[in-house]
Amino acid sequence: MTTFRRRLRFALVLPAFALIATACSRQPEPQDILNPQGPISRKLDSLWNPVFLIAVIIFVLVEGLILFVLIRYRAKSDDDAPVQVHGNTTLEIGWTILPALLLLIVGFFTVTTLVDLDRKPTGDVLNVKVIGHQWWWEYDYLDYKVTTANELHIPVGQPVFVKVSSVDVIHSFWAPALAGKMDAVPGRDNHLTIQADKAGQTYLGQCTEYCGLSHANMRIRVVTHTQADFARWIADQQREAAIPTSGTAGEGASLFKAKGCGGCHSVSGYTAGTVGPNLTHLYSRKTFAGALFTLDEQQLRLWLRDPPGQKPMNPNKGLGMPNLQLTEDEIGKLIAFLETLH
Amino acid sequence: MATVLEPTTTTEDIVDAEVVEESGLLRRPKATTGVWSWLTTVDHKKIGILYGITSFTFFLVGGSEALLIRLQLARPNGTVLSADAYNQVFTMHGTTMVFLVVMPLSAAFFNYLTPLMIGARDVAFPRLNAFSYWTFLFGALLINSSFLLGGAPNGGWFGYAPNTSITFSPGHNIDFWIFGLQILGIASTVSAVNFIVTILNLRAPGMTLFRMPVFVWMTLVSSFLMLFAMPVITIALFLLMFDRLFGANFFNTAAGGNPLLWQHLFWLFGHPEVYILILPAMGIVSEILPVFSRKPLFGYPVVVFSGIAIGFMGWGVWVHHMFAVGLGPVAVSAFSVTTMLIAVPTGVKIFNWIATMWRGSLRLSTPMLFAIGFVAMFTIGGLSGVTHAVSPHDRQQTDTYYIVAHFHYVLFGGSLFGIMAGIYYWWPKIFGYALSERLGKLQFWLWFIGFNVTFGPFHLLGLAGMPRRIYTYPKHMGWDFWNLVASIGAFVIAFSVLIFLYNVMHSRKVRNVVGDDPWDGRTLEWTLPTPVPAYNFAVVPTVHGVDDFWHQKYTEDEQGRLVKLPPQEAQADDVDPASIHLPSPSYYPLIASFGLPIMAYAMIYGAYLVAVFGGIVIIGALYAWALEPSAEPHDDHEGGGGGDGADPGDTGSEGAAAVEEVDA
Repeated sequence: MTTFRRRLRFALVLPAFALIATACSRQPEPQDILNPQGPISRKLDSLWNPVFLIAVIIFVLVEGLILFVLIRYRAKSDDDAPVQVHGNTTLEIGWTILPALLLLIVGFFTVTTLVDLDRKPTGDVLNVKVIGHQWWWEYDYLDYKVTTANELHIPVGQPVFVKVSSVDVIHSFWAPALAGKMDAVPGRDNHLTIQADKAGQTYLGQCTEYCGLSHANMRIRVVTHTQADFARWIADQQREAAIPTSGTAGEGASLFKAKGCGGCHSVSGYTAGTVGPNLTHLYSRKTFAGALFTLDEQQLRLWLRDPPGQKPMNPNKGLGMPNLQLTEDEIGKLIAFLETLH
Repeated sequence: MATVLEPTTTTEDIVDAEVVEESGLLRRPKATTGVWSWLTTVDHKKIGILYGITSFTFFLVGGSEALLIRLQLARPNGTVLSADAYNQVFTMHGTTMVFLVVMPLSAAFFNYLTPLMIGARDVAFPRLNAFSYWTFLFGALLINSSFLLGGAPNGGWFGYAPNTSITFSPGHNIDFWIFGLQILGIASTVSAVNFIVTILNLRAPGMTLFRMPVFVWMTLVSSFLMLFAMPVITIALFLLMFDRLFGANFFNTAAGGNPLLWQHLFWLFGHPEVYILILPAMGIVSEILPVFSRKPLFGYPVVVFSGIAIGFMGWGVWVHHMFAVGLGPVAVSAFSVTTMLIAVPTGVKIFNWIATMWRGSLRLSTPMLFAIGFVAMFTIGGLSGVTHAVSPHDRQQTDTYYIVAHFHYVLFGGSLFGIMAGIYYWWPKIFGYALSERLGKLQFWLWFIGFNVTFGPFHLLGLAGMPRRIYTYPKHMGWDFWNLVASIGAFVIAFSVLIFLYNVMHSRKVRNVVGDDPWDGRTLEWTLPTPVPAYNFAVVPTVHGVDDFWHQKYTEDEQGRLVKLPPQEAQADDVDPASIHLPSPSYYPLIASFGLPIMAYAMIYGAYLVAVFGGIVIIGALYAWALEPSAEPHDDHEGGGGGDGADPGDTGSEGAAAVEEVDA
């Protein structure tokens, strides 16, 4: 009997320990999917929490049952003569119907939430188009004719209606604190509503549909502002770039055109490329290259020396920024120019 | 029975062919040992062993790929693999484990066991069976040869268009994937037909459908799923091939194509595929639990019907792989509900398995440990599956490690646990000696612990927002610790696999011969001598109920308790084995399947004339195959009554009449 008890205690302690350990580790991480920071993601969360709880309860019951059976009915001798039960119709009907009913209830709330989430928000809505590129994100503020990249700025307390599409392969736009994913499918305009509660936050996300070589390097940052700050940010973004004409920065500006940078990158009022991110207000962003690197002089220098070395890309097949074989002097001038784009 | 292959040939033709004195183009091979016996075998048992060894080898390959993945992800900013290499490795890990490991490992069991469990001498189409195996092998080698020929497939096992188009994936990587899977699809379709016909037509007298072992039922359901699912992916791959090779625009948005067409086709195949992967393991577990509980399977009809229900419902849930694609609330609602409901028959099975053990007398031998491990781990995979079905929230979970955790609990915690249980359980019957229990239990615990240490943390990583298919991640995402733990767990699993390999070598040397019925089995294969003779059954048995063999050994008293019967006298075996007609070996399955990789390589490299040559090899081999006499003239045993099939009708047993009808 003592071995039985010891076994039982061991059997019960082990999963309990695992569960507690799990629970303790659940402080929200930067890209946590169970840390809703807006009304949309909160709806998802409140739908999922009870389902998860039920799943945990069933988990404990079933695994407990298995452990109990294992311990209690372990063979005592080779000549054990257990009663030969072939089945029990009542029981079997029971454990068919009960889960089915439970699941239909869950299904009901699933469907109502689905319909609710699909509704286009009304009233004062910010319209943004998100376009996936290999391997960065373009954001077009449709109401303001502003285009930026990788860092999405939104006001708090206002629904943002996001149209999601792609120019090449399928990507998926995801900032879990604010909403679930939406795939960016070429030729389709999918839509998604996001909304944030708290201003001054930066929520992380990234592309979640495998999109080739640098799928891992297609990050997202969503920056939240108060309504007033957002209005100021938008006004800044609407400004045309002041192109320097003299000094190192001026030489950099000429190089920007001469080296063909402008063929891919737009600087409004100066160049109009659309293949790469719009750089008009590059220095209003904190990161670059798919929100992969902190935007500072040192990182930019590393990047311009050898972009595909910094972030895997396939420029010889037309995917991503090529190594332009720039000299250190040219790099310095280009950076001086880029630093004026704020 | 071979007439089915060649609809223009009547039964009379076959009989004619037998009186003709000349042999076919190639004499039917006669070797019974050595390399040629394996290359030309049509014996379902030898083919089963070939399937087993080949797919286990690929398990080691796919496992090594998994270890590379875990090495790369063990720490943030890993540098073990480049982005490109990582994408190849994760694509090949998935492709290998699905198509080259779990499916053919299940096929190994189908092959070896189905005829034995239904009292047949071989499968319905033995040469076709050999053709399936060789085709599988060539398809597998073709895909893997890409590693040496410029790069392995790198579009994910799901190969989403348009990323797999020639624009975004130039190079031959994806071509190898397309042609490899096409060839593997032929192998699966052919073997599905073979097993359906075998199970429906070659059962021993008295073996009604509802007296079949559950494993045979699950073989039947999986075979039907394969029969219907393989054409779907074949079409998808065909369209993709046309897009890539000939500039068609099925998935090209710019030309009016639709990339979602690929997803619908792929998952319409892909979800039934999930059940193709799990149902055989469920069958294995349904055999093992009763034996080691000394109780019949609780609710046999319910377990069978829920398996069939899963087979049907498995066709109605594919969109749950596409909840974030933007299909709108109607489609997503419908598929959420069907996805929840498919959990019902799955749950029923779990309850029935536990009820089987309830008040039993559990012997915790290695096969039983793996079987119980299956029930316990599969439950976790099933429950996390239900949490995905809550589709609004699935848009948080999908494409994160939470999903990776889920399907590893289903495919590893389910399929591989079940297959491992089956390997330990049937090993003594197949090879004549048992694997070491001591090493087996050690392997089980390392396997079980390693599995949970690897894939348990995946749940937490997914909830912490770690996406799938990323070759790198930065620090400060909160993913460092659990990734390291998971990587350690992966090596624990690898260690347990090494112990299994050592167990095989060790047990071969020790040769612990345990007799014909070491586990006190319930089904027909345990009535056979070990090793099983080429003809399986000297006398085809007559079956009186489910678990027929058990009821020859035991009965029940009034309280339903088990009572051992006095051992029955062994029936005098007066059948001369030489008088039993067996299908003769043949070169043609090997030759015909060899045409396929010729065609595939030719297509990949644009040598279309060579592809035509490959086609000629196939057609020529099939033609010679059709005209091949069922046995060489003046052989020891002249061809019996049937065509090329396993023909149990020769022995004059009671079964002969019933089975001969099938022949007609």
